[in-house]
Amino acid sequence: MTVSQEQPGWKTGNQTPLLVVDQLVTRFATPDGSVSAVNGVSFHVNKGETIGIVGESGSGKSQVLMSIMGLLPHNGTSTGSVKFDDREILGMSREQLNKIRGTRMAMIFQDPMTALNPYLTVGQQLTEVLTFHQGTNPAMAREQAREVLEQVHIPEPGKRLDMYPHELSGGMRQRVMIAMGMLCRPDLLIADEPTTALDVTIQAEILDLLAEQQAVTGTSIILVTHDLGVVAGLCDRVMVMYGGRIVEQGPVRDIFYDPQHPYTRALLLSMPRLDDDLSGDLPTIAGQPPNLAQMPPGCAFAPRCAFVSEQCRQAVPPLREIAPGRAKACTLDRLVA
Amino acid sequence: MSVTPLDAAGVAMPAQGTSLWTSARRRLMRNRAAMGGLIVLIIIAALAILAPYISAHAMDDISWEDIGAPPDWANGYYFGTDSNGRDLFARTLYGARVSLMVGVLASIVSLVIGVTYGAVAGYLGGAVDNVMMRIVDILYSLPFMFFVILLTVFFGRNIFLIFVAIGAVEWLDMARIVRGQTMALKHREFIEAAHAFGASSPAIVRRHIIPNILGPVMVFVTLTVPKVILLESFLSFLGLGVQEPMTSWGVLISDGARDMETAPWSLLFPATFLAVTLFSLNFLGDGLRDALDPKDR
Repeated sequence: MTVSQEQPGWKTGNQTPLLVVDQLVTRFATPDGSVSAVNGVSFHVNKGETIGIVGESGSGKSQVLMSIMGLLPHNGTSTGSVKFDDREILGMSREQLNKIRGTRMAMIFQDPMTALNPYLTVGQQLTEVLTFHQGTNPAMAREQAREVLEQVHIPEPGKRLDMYPHELSGGMRQRVMIAMGMLCRPDLLIADEPTTALDVTIQAEILDLLAEQQAVTGTSIILVTHDLGVVAGLCDRVMVMYGGRIVEQGPVRDIFYDPQHPYTRALLLSMPRLDDDLSGDLPTIAGQPPNLAQMPPGCAFAPRCAFVSEQCRQAVPPLREIAPGRAKACTLDRLVA
Repeated sequence: MSVTPLDAAGVAMPAQGTSLWTSARRRLMRNRAAMGGLIVLIIIAALAILAPYISAHAMDDISWEDIGAPPDWANGYYFGTDSNGRDLFARTLYGARVSLMVGVLASIVSLVIGVTYGAVAGYLGGAVDNVMMRIVDILYSLPFMFFVILLTVFFGRNIFLIFVAIGAVEWLDMARIVRGQTMALKHREFIEAAHAFGASSPAIVRRHIIPNILGPVMVFVTLTVPKVILLESFLSFLGLGVQEPMTSWGVLISDGARDMETAPWSLLFPATFLAVTLFSLNFLGDGLRDALDPKDR
């Protein structure tokens, strides 16, 4: 069975999903020809749910987000469908999109060092979002900005409002970014590797903060990362991407305890554990991620896969349901760990 | 907040947020070289404005007894006289009017047009940028002298024509610099973040791009002012600029250079004024650039 449309088994309860992505294809026109970064990705996000998208660099995970947010560079085009709250937002005009972005859909960026304007104070950047979208008067906006900084546990929020980004630490800046994202109480928060640029202890704090904000506001979160630990702690469901396609998806526990795609398994194996014997080398995945301009005809992971068969090299294995709520794109019937 | 924040000196600070300009002004005030430059410029501007009240002689009065007279405080020729027997003090101050006006106005014109044009071209990119920058290229290739001569032929000699001519040429450099800076900024994450928060393009250019390019722009403006003053003197030297008996520093310096062996003061005084003005502008521009950079606090 091919999974290209929404599966009923995936819906928790009978609520309609907040975001439905169907057969999303994102291509970039480059001097060397057209490169497709996303090749037919379909998924949905329910209200109040946290979805993780995992994959290594170049797997197309960030481009999925950029396509959703309408932030693709000039040479990028998306086809397929992205429905937010039952409205098609793919190919929406900028003016219309600007009414959604920031208010109903917000994004947190990877590097808080560069995602804040160095020439504006924290307060100016926060209030800008409010005055722009809701026409809040400056004094009110400032008060709201102060409140939201307090919510993300920034000490002395009134004082921080007048500081410039460079006067804050990395973790503090990421908190400001999260505050900015939460300011208009969006329905969907998209976080593109929000902890990659931070050190480990701060990472944990930021993840706790995201979980806490979600508990308070009931927002849905799409979390993109290459750090499996981050996913395990925060997400309800996980999608593993490779070569611009989803290779495996399912509830976070199932993915971690019973990975069914060779790539997911290899990814999990290459993650060091506290109880590991550290005398040997860490297991790695041999080979290179695929070149998006020259994709193999079959499974993108075939050249690096330990279980590869002739069938894998001939056609892309479709994403098929293997259990309720679980799907994988692999020719193998059962992968025994 | 119930407690009013105190600064180091224990003075209550206003709880209001400090804008880029308020804090920039505060930082500028602390920069001695910049403030010195500003004060000197204000003094020179004041002298130029008050010229008829403080000079003992009219700037176009010819005294046949005092042709090429050296500076003499007793008879009111503080800077001496030129080869036509006119008071050099009065003429230097009147020249300041023209030179400062040309320098400041033409720079502002080039600043406004150049920054707007360059930021729009760089931000929009693609075909729009291509067309806009080809227009700049075409204007660049227009010979400046030809352009000025054409203007003077059609409209006669007029001080405002000089502003137009110089302004029309100077903004081209500015537009190129701003475009380059904008293109570099455009792909920075905070611009992307602004998009992701739903800011419109005009808002992004105004709030996020222009403040970030003020540093290099400020430096370029301080280089433009002296350039414009010198350009005006070049035009005047060729007889296309200001008309006698009106004068400018450029005219005075070129006259003075002719007479410098017999009457060195006729070169020395206008040249000193020009040099001091340019120095002050450079100090002020440097200070402004530092003041506008929040990292430099």
